Parts: sequence; structure tokens; C-alpha cells
Amino acid sequence: MNPPRLSRRAWITTASGVVAAGLIKTQADAVRLAAQEAPLQAPDPTKVPGRFTSEVGRRATGEQPRRLARAQALSSSSQSPLQDLMGIITPADVHFERHHAGIPEIVKGSHELLVHGMVERPMVFRMADIERYPRVSRLYFIECSGNGGGAYSRDAMPTEITVQALDGLLSTSEWTGVPLATILREVGVRRGASWLLAEGSDSAMLSRSIPLEKAMDDALLAFGQNGEAIRPEQGYPMRLMLPGWEGNAQVKWLRRIEVTDRPTMTREETSKYTDPLQNGTARQFSFVMDAKSTITFPTYPYVLPDRGWWEITGLAWTGRGRITRVEVSTDGGESWADAALQGPVLPKCTVRFRHLWEWNGREAIVMSRATDETGYVQPTVQQLWEARGDQTRYHFNNQRAWKIASDGVVTFGLGDLV
Amino acid sequence: MRRALVVAGLALAACGPVPSTSSAGAVVDFADALPANAPSRFEFGAEASEARIALWDVDVKPDGEGLPLGSGTVAEGERIFQMHCIACHGPTGTEGPNDQLVGSEPWGEWPGSVTVGGYWPYATTLYDYITRAMPQLTPGILTADQKYAVIAFILNRNGIVPEDAVMNAETLPAVSMPARDRFVVDDRQGGAQVR
Repeated sequence: MNPPRLSRRAWITTASGVVAAGLIKTQADAVRLAAQEAPLQAPDPTKVPGRFTSEVGRRATGEQPRRLARAQALSSSSQSPLQDLMGIITPADVHFERHHAGIPEIVKGSHELLVHGMVERPMVFRMADIERYPRVSRLYFIECSGNGGGAYSRDAMPTEITVQALDGLLSTSEWTGVPLATILREVGVRRGASWLLAEGSDSAMLSRSIPLEKAMDDALLAFGQNGEAIRPEQGYPMRLMLPGWEGNAQVKWLRRIEVTDRPTMTREETSKYTDPLQNGTARQFSFVMDAKSTITFPTYPYVLPDRGWWEITGLAWTGRGRITRVEVSTDGGESWADAALQGPVLPKCTVRFRHLWEWNGREAIVMSRATDETGYVQPTVQQLWEARGDQTRYHFNNQRAWKIASDGVVTFGLGDLV
Repeated sequence: MRRALVVAGLALAACGPVPSTSSAGAVVDFADALPANAPSRFEFGAEASEARIALWDVDVKPDGEGLPLGSGTVAEGERIFQMHCIACHGPTGTEGPNDQLVGSEPWGEWPGSVTVGGYWPYATTLYDYITRAMPQLTPGILTADQKYAVIAFILNRNGIVPEDAVMNAETLPAVSMPARDRFVVDDRQGGAQVR
């Protein structure tokens, strides 16, 4: 017998069976299963000289996390590959995107920030001016307030959806910048001011009204992302950071701040990014992202190949401070156990949670729920439906569920519970 | 004064419960952002002249602040709409493929449609938004007269202003929008209640 031939035939047989069983649904599945079944035929690296140093590193060939970029449109989004990421940091090149008019090409040397309105000294700053002020670096999540809408529709709860497609409008970075309070101190805010208008230099000139209180609290003019200049997709050369608040308000490509005594009522805070409720009203200026958690493993389309020990893991975050607790259920919410939180647990930042679980091979529904320092517990979808009705369009922070069938196939399982 | 506010806010935040897994000592406080020896002003940047401000100060407030001179009628607006808007919003503003502009469902089905007539609380937002972002492929191409006109057309087709309406800096802020009183301040505050 020739061992390599036997090995290959064995793999083909196994793979065919897997295809027949419907377990290969994506190319990623095929790669994953091939890695499980096929013996590596790579050359022995201890017998081949390696490559030299380089100015810019590259990812390992087999490790290529990708955003999910579907719509080629000026107003569009792409999701971070949550299932492929470890810890809490999002590599800058797979940070989620949401643009209303594409990504502008901006030359840093000619970018300016105009600060005017109810101030003592209207001023214009070049980037070199901004970068000269005392800086801070912080870890914060940014989440699009439309993230997770796929887990809310009563009539169309999906089953074959990845966590990337579901909740990938969420990313975490170390942001470096200058506190907005420092710049407002420089221009001198006049008595009576209570809001500001932040405006971007994209071709939608996207604008949001921001309460002055937030600007003075922890808002940043951010120009750094994970140790380097902020990416064009995240607002190069500078964006507004409003820790814990919905992504849309954190205006990218920031070019103008007007200090005012009232909101401007821009399109993005009236016809969009407001929350129609079932009582006939619409919630406006709903900036804060409430506590939420999402499991990143195991999720669709992964197939658990055997019973035994598995680590259920995911991310939890809240715009209201720190996450204090994440619980995991493996029986569809009947019982809950505390997950371990990977420290440090930072305010307005994601935290990685883990729960070691011995799967007995029977159908299971795994869920997570987060609690934050205000005592807020991530609600069930029924609770949110009851509080808001069906038609609300943002802030879908309800609990998620993933069903693990007895054959190990994982699907989005919230529909089985509602 | 302002610095004191920031510091006070931090002190409050620090009193919150801290989970055992956190390492609070590793967190750099926001109060450290501005060192104790920082001057009252750094004097980086340059003073902005009124002309410089006017160049970029395009926003329009609900009371009409920021609206320029000019005016437009429904009939003129229909021509502008046919020329610049129908590719994305459809011949009557209802067909898409982008946002539906025209239409208002019965209030019982709130929010039946997220249109200007059904959902937008302020007419001035139309001027502000068109100035910024429309038409999508050629933003900024419309004159003040053309913007007033196309707004008159959109409001008329939503049944909000009559066929002979003229929109200008006086009339636009005075338009009464059907959804105006439906907008409420966010009442979510954390804590035990789900809202």
C-alpha cells in the first residue's frame, strides 16, 4: 500500500461524505474541514532557509480575515469578521465600515478644522496644530446603531446567518487623539451654549448635533487607530470619538464644529437614527449603546466535529460604563452560568468572555447576556418587542441564541425561542 | 471651571462597581489629559475670519437661521425634481430605489412610511440636507432658488403645502410638519428598566 494515496483517498471519501451531508456550505467550511482531515504536505521548514526582513509585515497565507462587503454603493456598510478575531482589538484593516457617501480622499496637509459659533475666539486648526496638543490613547468600541437588526424581525428571523453578517458593525480599537474639551477650552465656550454641530468632509457632509456635556466629558478628536494614523475608512485624518455612543454620531473626516444653544435637527437625527416606538412617538437623540453581548464561537456555519470540551466565547460591551457580568446559557435560557471576563474590563470598551462547556452531543441552544454597572441586563427580544414594538430601527441589543444540532451543525437559533 | 466639571464627572464614574477581573490602576484617567502645567491657552491654530466661517457655515436650523435669500415654487420644483432626483427617488418620489420621499400612511400604522410627510419633523432639514448631500452624484449643484423650489414640490406632493406655495427663508421654517410632535427625548437611562 502507498500511504500518501491511501491518505488522499481517505480524505476525498470523508470530504464527499461531508458534502453529501450538507456540511460544506461555504469555502471557509471546506478549508476548515480539509484542515481537520488532510495531513499537511508542506515542506519541512527546518530544512529550508527563511525569508528576510521587510518594511511592512504580512499575514500568514492561511490567515486572511475579511470584511463582509456586499453592496457596492455610496451609502453602504461592511462588517468585521468577528468569528475570526481574538481578544478585543479589531485589526484596523478589518474595522467595520458605514459610509453615507463613500470614503473621501483627503490630503492631511490641507485638512482643516473650523471651530466657531458660540465661542470667544473662532479658530481654524490644521492637523499639525491639533496633533500638538496633549494627547490621550484609549480603547473604545464603536458600534453602528443599526447593528444586529437581523436578530429583531419577528417575521423573518434568519437561521443561516454568520455572526459577522449579524453583529459585525462592531469594532474595537485603541484610539489616540486630543480631548475635544481641550480644543473647546482653547476657543472659549460662551455662556448659554449647550450643543454643538459636528460636520464631516465627505460628500454627504454628514452632520450630527452633540450635547456640549458629552463634548466636555470624554469626547476625542481622534487621529490614531491601533498605533498608526486612523484609516480613511474610519475618518482620516481625524474623526470625532464619542465613547459609548452610536457610531453615526462619531462624525468621520471631521472638518467643522459649530457651538450652539440648540440642536440643528439634521437629517441623521430626525429622519434617520431615531427610534419609532409602538406608542406613536419616536425616540430622538438616542445616542448611548445599551449593554449587549454576542457569541462569536460557536456560530454558523461552524460544525462542531465531536462532543466534549468546547469554549464558548464572545464579546460584551456597554456605552454606560463597564460590563460587570456576562452569563452563558446552553439550554436556551433555562439556566445561566457566569462566564469568565478577560481583564482588563475597560469602560465603553468590549470585553472578551469565555465559558468552558462540555457538549454531550445532544441539541443545545447557547446564549449570552450581559449586565453593566448601572444594573442593566441585556434584554430578551420579547422584552424589547414589548417595550418598543416591531418598527424600531436601531439599538437591537437583545440576547442572541445559537442552536447546535446533534450532528454539530450550528445555526442562528433565536427563531426557535420566539 | 470646565476642567473642574470634567474631573468631577470622573470621580463619579470611579465610584461605580468595578468587577474583580478589572485592573483599574492600569486605566489612565481622562483628567490626566491636560497636564497640571498646561497654559490657559496654547495659541495653536489661527483665528477664523468671518469670511472663512461663512465659506463653510452652511447649516440651517429649525427656526430658519442659516437660510439664504431666494425662493421657489412647486411648478419650478417639479422641473428640478424631474431633472435631478428621479433616478434615485422615482418620478413621483414614491418609487425609489433610494429613500421614498412622498407618502403618509394613516397614523394608526405609525410609522407607516418613513417619508417626508410621514416622518420628518422639520421642513428646514430638507434645505440643510439637500445643501450637504444632494443630488448624490453632484452635491452642491443646486442654487438656493432651485433648492427652495424642489422642497416646495416635495412638500406639496406630501400634501403639506398647497400647489401655489412659495418657499423662501420666511415660509420654510413656518411649515407645519405632521410628525413634528411625535419626537420625544430618549428616556433610556440604564438600570433595571428595559425601554
